[in-house]
This record gives sequence, structure tokens and C-alpha cells, in this order.
Amino acid sequence: MNLTLHVWRQKDAKSKGQFVKYEAPDISEDMSFLEMLDVVNERLILQGDEPLAFDHDCREGICGTCGVVINGRAHGPRDRTTVCQLHMRSFKDGDHVWIEPWRAKAFPVLRDLVVDRGALDRIIAAGGFVSARSGSAPDGNAIPIPKEKADLAMDAASCIGCGACVAACPNASAMLFTSAKVAQLSLLPQGQPERHMRVKSMVQQMDAEAFGNCTNHGECEAVCPKAVSVDNIARLNRDYIMSSIVADRRPEATAV
Amino acid sequence: MELNAKIPSGPIESKWAKHRFDMKLVNPANKRKYDVIMVGAGLAGASGAASLAELGYNVKCFCYQDSPRRAHSIAAQGGINAAKNYQNDGDSVFRLFYDTVKGGDYRSREANVYRLAEVSGNIIDQCVAQGVPFAREYGGLLDNRSFGGAQVSRTFYARGQTGQQLLLGAYQTLERQIGMGQVQMFSRHEMLDVILIDGRARGIVVRDMVSGEIQVHLANAVVLATGGYGNVFFLATYAKGANGTAIWRAYKKGAAFSNPCFTQIHPTCIPVSGEYQSKLTLMSESLRNDGRIWVPKAVGDKRPAGEIPEDERDYYLERIYPSFGNLAPRDVSSRAAKRVVDEGRGVGPTEVGVYLDFADAIDRLGEDMRIYPATHYTMGGLWVDYNLESTIPGLFVAGEANFSDHGANRLGASALMQGLADGYFVIPYTIGNYLASTKFDPVREDHAEAIAAVNAVEARIRRLLSLGGKRTVMDFHRELGNIMWEYCGMARNRGGLETALQKLPALREEFWENAVVPGAASELNQSLEYAGRVADFLEIGELMCLDALEREESCGAHLREEFQTDEGEALRDDENFAHVAAWEYTGEDSKPKRHIEPLEYEYVALATRSYK
Repeated sequence: MNLTLHVWRQKDAKSKGQFVKYEAPDISEDMSFLEMLDVVNERLILQGDEPLAFDHDCREGICGTCGVVINGRAHGPRDRTTVCQLHMRSFKDGDHVWIEPWRAKAFPVLRDLVVDRGALDRIIAAGGFVSARSGSAPDGNAIPIPKEKADLAMDAASCIGCGACVAACPNASAMLFTSAKVAQLSLLPQGQPERHMRVKSMVQQMDAEAFGNCTNHGECEAVCPKAVSVDNIARLNRDYIMSSIVADRRPEATAV
Repeated sequence: MELNAKIPSGPIESKWAKHRFDMKLVNPANKRKYDVIMVGAGLAGASGAASLAELGYNVKCFCYQDSPRRAHSIAAQGGINAAKNYQNDGDSVFRLFYDTVKGGDYRSREANVYRLAEVSGNIIDQCVAQGVPFAREYGGLLDNRSFGGAQVSRTFYARGQTGQQLLLGAYQTLERQIGMGQVQMFSRHEMLDVILIDGRARGIVVRDMVSGEIQVHLANAVVLATGGYGNVFFLATYAKGANGTAIWRAYKKGAAFSNPCFTQIHPTCIPVSGEYQSKLTLMSESLRNDGRIWVPKAVGDKRPAGEIPEDERDYYLERIYPSFGNLAPRDVSSRAAKRVVDEGRGVGPTEVGVYLDFADAIDRLGEDMRIYPATHYTMGGLWVDYNLESTIPGLFVAGEANFSDHGANRLGASALMQGLADGYFVIPYTIGNYLASTKFDPVREDHAEAIAAVNAVEARIRRLLSLGGKRTVMDFHRELGNIMWEYCGMARNRGGLETALQKLPALREEFWENAVVPGAASELNQSLEYAGRVADFLEIGELMCLDALEREESCGAHLREEFQTDEGEALRDDENFAHVAAWEYTGEDSKPKRHIEPLEYEYVALATRSYK
């Protein structure tokens, strides 16, 4: 098939960007979307042009590195599919394909389609963990965990941290991402001792990173390649309210 | 070059306990005086960096990805082994040790493997404490599944995403230390050289992949946890960015490279569909348990699978290996697939694939699945002693990047175990011993060795950017992959390896004349990153072929066609090759020197693996 691409080009974080049009002839429907970009890049390099910069790594939908907005939708037209797993059979001959980076104040564009998602790491660093020093753990079977709880925790834990939820949210909120980690750890007994501190610290960091607030649009769940549920946002909100009526035991150092 | 494995004396059950007592300790108040560099943030890197920081060392951690959560450990599906014996089915530390040595076809070091089995249970405890959501039974206790190469159920798992969950557990532990300031994290930084001062590893040269800035980072010890080099095959199950640059730079500075030809080929991957293909993806091996693998009997039979009648199908594994059939081990079934494809009976658009007749898939998709083997792990890596220290003092190597535990073949669900064992439970002790027993002179970033390393890195970048040829780097990488797959893949022979050893230097020469690398040094330049990695792969491939050529036996994943039984099974030569090969770099135009570390089997008697 022959496609026309309109790709966001931006030299670096300081420069202004713009859409640039590229013709992409002879694209096989069996290619993944990223393989199509590889082919376009190979042609650009041989023509002496600068190839398109885009993030990718595992190319099997689990590392969370790739992610672009395709025709207005994060990760493109297919539900529960990362860009690397999206195939060109989802497009047809003659299509115009608009490709742009995640758009959010908290995700500065580094080049073309590459953005800086370090803010998500900083939310985890603020509290998205259980403090369990290496070597100090009790036997793995010391605390039985009901299977339903373990399964719900696993559902939340399947988040790949790609940032599509932020890109799709009209407020550029990171609530789905943050709540997935809060919920996973709140559902498990190991997460209880730090439960209140965790949710406060993570929400505080989320706010500090210039993510917007959640106003229940649900766009995040719709584009999430792992179908992480907005139920987790309800879990976060409940924990957050609970945390506001118990003593704040956080050391000052917790906030990064 | 001296290879002293430093294996502690005494019975194997007490070696690690004895060694932990014998090792020197760094006083808690003094730990903050030491800096440790960790390169890589996968299972071994993240767990090692976090554990060292918890002890109080100042840690700098580097990864090429945009976040430590993305390392390719995340893609491991099946599970992690541990000798917990929760199933009451007769598992023990000794049995896990035994299975791993045997599975590795007697080419790993007994003492290291025993320690791995010994700490395996602690890993599960640690991960549970971190909130890793392992699969559980209705009673709330941990569930297990069975996996290849073992007769007990000892594999712990988190759906089909075990690697992801274990990595996120380690990542969160690492992020906690980053938040507390004990680890400084450098994402999107790529290590391009190691700095040796007075013969010791004292730092690294990295490139900031966003700004292009070349930086020097100094420390008292350096750990490489940078994964395997399987992307030398171009098409592999590795992440696209996974590379051998860090270990290759260390090799060129004096770290011995062991058993480079030991690369594992996994039989059940989704096959190549065209020239543009960028990677191969693993399908769960469990599919093989329920399916039948076949190709058409006739060469060139182009009919769709559904139109080929039963009596015109060749269920070749069942035919060749009647007793094991479709459950033949990974290496045997991979090689059988290659043989039928080479005969011209491959299926699919590229004719490089075989059918997996899988009842469920037929119900769901109305067709047979196609599969084909692909590279997905490298057992070889930098040589390390019992302390995981390379032949460069102060340079430690953890996880897939070292060679130590899997011999010539890795068993399923053992990669995650080894990465976390090294990071959580081995490196934190052995590095302490190194730091406590070494006298360090202060070093500065303007030390002549640091400046020389920076100059070399910058010169190489300038050279890559000035090539201005007519062929893309990916095209070179693809050709390298084809050569490696053809001559140093599932089955090797002298003639083929010698051919490869002629083709590879020629390809490398052409690369340095005719490649084109666009863009500039001082910007985010993915083409430049890629070119540097492929330049190293071109050299790594050559060492792999050399190693495969000189190892005149078959063992585990290394099958030399000259040395096999009538059934196509590996024919080991324990008399001449029960050793680790350790290659020493001797200069740009000279052949590397092959050293050996003899392997002794005191506890697991040498025997032929049998699949009958």
C-alpha cells in the first residue's frame, strides 16, 4: 500500500516543531507500524535526510518504550495494542497518517517523536514501592494472600508505564499510572505499613510534575494497551481520603 | 593472563557460607566513602544497584533506556526457578544445582551454580516482600508450574509477565534509593568505554544520548550488568537496543570473554515475514506441549495448511525422535526445524518457518500457527571468578553479561533467577570484600587514562559520522545477522565457520568505508548510537565464530556437525573440552589468545544427556 505520512519533526526540546509530509510507498500490510517507520528511515538516510527519531525497544508490547499519537489516538487505532504491536493491515492504501509525540506539559519533547517521561519515574521514587531491604524478607509463604486480591494486584501491576494515559487525557493527568501502582500495593498485605504515606507522596509528586487532575473522562483506560482499569483511580481516591484523616508520618525527605 | 576462579575450599554446601565469613567487611560508617558504578538496570543491574545503596555505598546507575523500568528482563514470560520445595515433590537446593549443571551440559562451574541454587529461595522471599504479585492458589499460598529440564515444579510466575513483575519490583527498590539520593540515575546514557587506572577499573566513559555530551564517571568499582549480545544475529528476541558494547569495550581493555559461541536458540518464535522484519518474538514454549510440529512432505508445496491432507504432512519431530516427539529439547527441535527448511520444505511467505498444529489456535484463528527458532539468550559473556569479578580488578560482571552459571545451555526460568541472585545476594558481598581489601589512590577526571579514553571515544564517533558511504547501518547489521545465522547459528561446521571468518572481516572493512551515519555528535542521534553498536557486533561475531571453530565438540547449544550422534545429539568431548574458553584481546590486527579454565565435576558426575 502507499501512504502519506505527516510526522511531527522537532530538533530538540528548545526548538519549535512542525508537521512534515513524507510519502511512504510500497508498505506491506504485514509490517508493524515501527517497521514501517524503519523502512521510511532507511529511505531518508539514503536520500541524505535526517531519519525520524522515535522511541522503541522490546517491540513486543511489554517494555513501554514506544508510543506515538496516530491520527489523534494514542498508540493508534487498535484497542489494547502498543504501537510496536500495531500492524499496517490496520491502514489502507492512500491513507494519510498523522504521527505526533505524546503531548503533555510533563513530557517535554526531546526530538521528533521522543519525549522525556522521567516524571513517571519520579512519581515511583516518591513512594511507589515497599521498603523491603535485600536480605530482610520473611518466607514467601509466611503471609497467605487471597487469590482474588493477588489477581487484582496483578491487573494493576500490568501497567507498562508508556504514558499513553497521559497523552489521551484532556487534562494530561497521570492518575491512571499513579493509581495503578497505589492500588497494586494497597491490595497486598506487604503494602499496608506504608499505605497512607505512599498515596500522599505519590499524589504530591504527580502534582509537582505538572500533570493535570483527573476529571473522570476515562480516555486513559480506553487507550491503555494493558487495559488497566479506572477502578484503580477509585482505589487511589479512597486511600487518599483515608490518608488525610490519619497522622502524616512522612519524613521530610520523602518528597523529591 | 591468569584465570583464578577463586573457588572457596570445603564441601560445596558450605562454600558460600564460608566465603561470606572469610570476606572482608566495610565498616557501616565507611561505606559512604566508596562509589560504585552500575552499568545496566535490568534484573541484575537494578537489584545490584539498589542493594549496594541500601548498604550505604554511593551508587551511580546507567542505562541506555529512557527509564530503568524498560530493560529487556521485562520481556521474560515464563517464570523464575527456586528450590523452595513448596510442592512437596522432592525438590532441594542440590536438585536445582544438579539440574542446572546437567542442563548446561557440564560446561558451567559447579561452585557458582550451587550458590545460585542456594540463594534461589531468598529471591522469591525478597520479591514477595516487595509486593510482586506472584500467582497464588486459592489458599493464598504461592503457585508453581513445571518447566523444561526438571522433573519437579519449582517455577514461580506472575501470569505470562514474570520478568516484568520481577523487574518492576527491582526497579521500585531502585527508585526508592534514587528518591533518597543514595543512587544517582543516568537514563539515556550509554557506556562507551571503561577507564583503567593502575590496572584497576576506576570509571567509565558515557555518552549522554540526549545532548551528546561525553562524560567521565569515576568510582572505586564498576559493575557491568548489560545483558547479552544476541542481537549480533540481527533478528533475535532481544530488545532492539540491547547491545554488546559495554562488555566488548571491557574485553578490549583486558577482560577475558568466555565461551562466546554459546548462544541459545529458542524453538518457538513467530517466524520472519519479510526483509523489513526488525525482531522476533517468542511464543510461550508451553504451546509446544499441546501442539504437533510439521511441514509438507513435498518440497515446494505451496498450498495453505488447511488444504494439505494428513498423509502429506511430515510430523518430523515425531518421526525422527519417536520417544520425545514434539517435546524434544530446545536445541534438538530448533535444529530439526532448520534442517527441514534447508531442504526447501519451509512454510509461509518467506518459506522460513514450520507449522505448529495447535488445536486451540485452529479453533480461534482457523489456521495453523507458523513458528521458527530464534536467538534469545547468550550463555557466553565476560569471564568472572567466584566473586563475579572479571580479569580486570575492580570490574564485576552480573547477569547475562557474565558467563558463569548456565554452561552451554540455559534451562527455562533460570535467567531471572541468575540475574536477581547476582544483584541481590552476590555482588553486595563480593564488592564489599574488594573495597575492603584494596587501597585506593584518589583519582581525578583529568587523569591521563581518563583523557585517553575520552579521546578514543570521541575519535570513534567522529569517524562514524564522517563515513558518508552508501549503505545503511541496518543493512550491514542484516548481512551480519545472515552470516551469523547461516554459519554460527543452530548448527556449525568447520567449513562454514571458516567461510564466516573470511566474510566478517570483509564486511567490517566495508562498514568502515561504506556505511552512512547521518546527524551530528552533539544531539539526540539514534543513527549514531546504532552505528556504534553494530560496529561492535561486527567484531563480536568474529570472536563467536573463532570460539565455535576451536571448540571441536558439541555441547548444549553448540552443535558442531562433525561431532554428533546418529540421532543428531551433541557429542561432548570431555577429555579435551571440559573447560571454559576465555579469550584475551591482543590488539586490532592480531588473533585473540585462547586461555582455558579447566572444569572439575566433583558433585555431578559427567554423563551424556539423554532425551530417550
